[in-house]
Amino acid sequence: MIFPTAGVTSKMLHLLQARFRHGYQAIPDPLTVGIDPAFPGLPELAIDADLELLNKLCPTKAFTSQGLDLGRCIFCGLCSRKYPEMIVFRPNYKMAADSREKLIMAPGQTVLPKMDFMLPRKFRYSFALRSVSAAGCNACEMELGASNNVNFDISRYGVETVASPRHADALILTGPISRNMADALNETWRAIPEPKYLILCGACAISGGLFADSAAIDRSFLKHWQACLYIPGCPAHPLSIVSAMYSIMRGS
Amino acid sequence: MLKTDVNYSPVLEPPQIESLDSFLDRIRRLVIQGFQPLAFFGTNEKLIYALLGKPHELELFCTPFPESLHYPSLTPEFPAFQIFERELYEEYGIVPSNHPWLKSVRHPLGGSIKIEDYSFLSSDSKLIHEVGVGPVHAGVIEPGHFRFLMQGEIVEHLEIQLGYQHRDLINMLISGSLAQKMPLVETIAGDTVIGHGTAYCRLVESLAESSPQANDIRSLLLEMERVAMHLSTLSALAGDVAYIMGQNLFAALRTTVINSTLSICGSRFGKRALCVGGVNYPLNKTLIDTLKAKMHKCAVQIRSTTEAMFACTSLLSRFDDTGKISNADALRFGFSGISAKASGVAVDARADFPIWGYPGFEVQTESTGDVYARANLRYMEIMQSLQMIQELLDQIDPSAPIQAPVNELIPDRIAISIVEGARGRIVHIAKSKDAHSALWYKVIDPSLMNWQALSMAVANEQISDFPLCNKSFDLSYCGSDL
Repeated sequence: MIFPTAGVTSKMLHLLQARFRHGYQAIPDPLTVGIDPAFPGLPELAIDADLELLNKLCPTKAFTSQGLDLGRCIFCGLCSRKYPEMIVFRPNYKMAADSREKLIMAPGQTVLPKMDFMLPRKFRYSFALRSVSAAGCNACEMELGASNNVNFDISRYGVETVASPRHADALILTGPISRNMADALNETWRAIPEPKYLILCGACAISGGLFADSAAIDRSFLKHWQACLYIPGCPAHPLSIVSAMYSIMRGS
Repeated sequence: MLKTDVNYSPVLEPPQIESLDSFLDRIRRLVIQGFQPLAFFGTNEKLIYALLGKPHELELFCTPFPESLHYPSLTPEFPAFQIFERELYEEYGIVPSNHPWLKSVRHPLGGSIKIEDYSFLSSDSKLIHEVGVGPVHAGVIEPGHFRFLMQGEIVEHLEIQLGYQHRDLINMLISGSLAQKMPLVETIAGDTVIGHGTAYCRLVESLAESSPQANDIRSLLLEMERVAMHLSTLSALAGDVAYIMGQNLFAALRTTVINSTLSICGSRFGKRALCVGGVNYPLNKTLIDTLKAKMHKCAVQIRSTTEAMFACTSLLSRFDDTGKISNADALRFGFSGISAKASGVAVDARADFPIWGYPGFEVQTESTGDVYARANLRYMEIMQSLQMIQELLDQIDPSAPIQAPVNELIPDRIAISIVEGARGRIVHIAKSKDAHSALWYKVIDPSLMNWQALSMAVANEQISDFPLCNKSFDLSYCGSDL
């Protein structure tokens, strides 16, 4: 019997070398880790910000008379670049709410209200998600995928993405829901056994985003079903997704 | 309307309207001369336009809609027209007679066939069974439906039905001020923000006869996007054959690259970075130095990870000879990007229609057209782009202006903008209506043509190799559904 020793050794060396250079990539604590100051996260509006003026610039008309609606905001920075004295986006990725109303940042407000919603105890260490992209542009989808990669590793908290809706506890929706995906979304939701939860990820899913007025969008699904968690962003950052999921499982 | 030595997104007077016969003749003549169809579409002026190109040459011409709403299809002779003719049929009801596969593309609002009523090719044979996959897939990806006709474990035929992602984006692009559509353009394909964004910016700047600033920063972001997308595909390919180390290492390397993009503009996908006239965020000296060090480290790690991956024989046995696309097919069907280059067709907009100088740029190709070729080519392109990134970082002047003022649009002009994105040739073409808006706007994502490659690659393969083939092409659903 001939053992191809040399070949095996060099292959093994390649592998070890690559693994060694890789180092330790997981973020030790994705709930408290700092983020690049360039990241536009939770915004702060000045007390005297002219909301109407800001709204004129806004591509999704995210400013209401109460403040900035994070469910509509696509964090494009058009407002903060032009009127930095009225609005700044802080590098704070902890942006999520358990109701649509709580996503509105009033002038002077610096944090989002505490979440009241908590999953039942049985989901504390195990929560299975079925992702549905309904006309998402693949940015939220990739960030959702990245939440489970070696860096962010959301599975450390017991969150996993499953292939079949039959194995899922929740549906996480990305995209504004195109008319052509409306049926498939409904069917996937129906296939998830009770108790089940709905999570909206990204501006498109929460409000329709840039496509809110498109003729090819059908958001009637959301008239029938109430989401338990809203994660803003365009796309939502993996750290936002991880901390949002953690907060409904084990509290913020 | 011949333009030679294009080194700028060209802007043209609308071409002379010609008769259908001379229009079709001209297409036939040009294709035989080696031109590829870059775009072929109907517009709201009731004209059919054809844009054909070969390196450094573009031809644009048009004909009125035929009165009978019928014309002889070009597809049987030149299959590269197949998806364009289907699109023309779906959007304007113009029938290319004898088109072999005249099915709907996107199922838009008001279309004749609803997405749920789509009729798939089927077979009465008792030997054939059908497998339907999607639109909701097992992983976290965009929706699309794949219908396999199977003989045992072997794929006899794969039909790809798209349209689930259709958002009516083009109509939104032409309503209102064209220069303010950047956020919308960033969602054409959220993973090709810089590719489509650059094409759009160049197009608007051409229509306004303005020259932008910060081309080097745009070019840098475009190459970083390419590196990130290729790394994401390599990670998924490794994952699909259960080579978990490759999956994790490439994913982590992608994180480093897209986090570097975030440090430039605030978005891991390059959203917010570009604007008509230039870019929104400058690069300072510290950031340039950090990026150089990070990208250098990345290059070293990518090399050792790829060497380790391709030394794994069980992985190679899955990659080699799987999902082959022949050189002749890649040419005939007008594929672009990795789908063509891995089969030895050297098409790359950076060489063929350069919008910026790419000194010493050579198109990388592979010859075998299988999954291995597409994977290895991605690695080769990553290393080439990382080299370009280092050169660009050396070039960028932190004190240079980053935005130029942009004039109003010149009415009644057509502009063409071609950019090599990570997936291949992105073509944007539009006609200005007045000083602010476009009369029509056409976006051609490379995936629109390249989906056909996937269908051809899996024919006579085992169905278990489908995910691997699919990832090796890594095509965009929303880019082609719009």
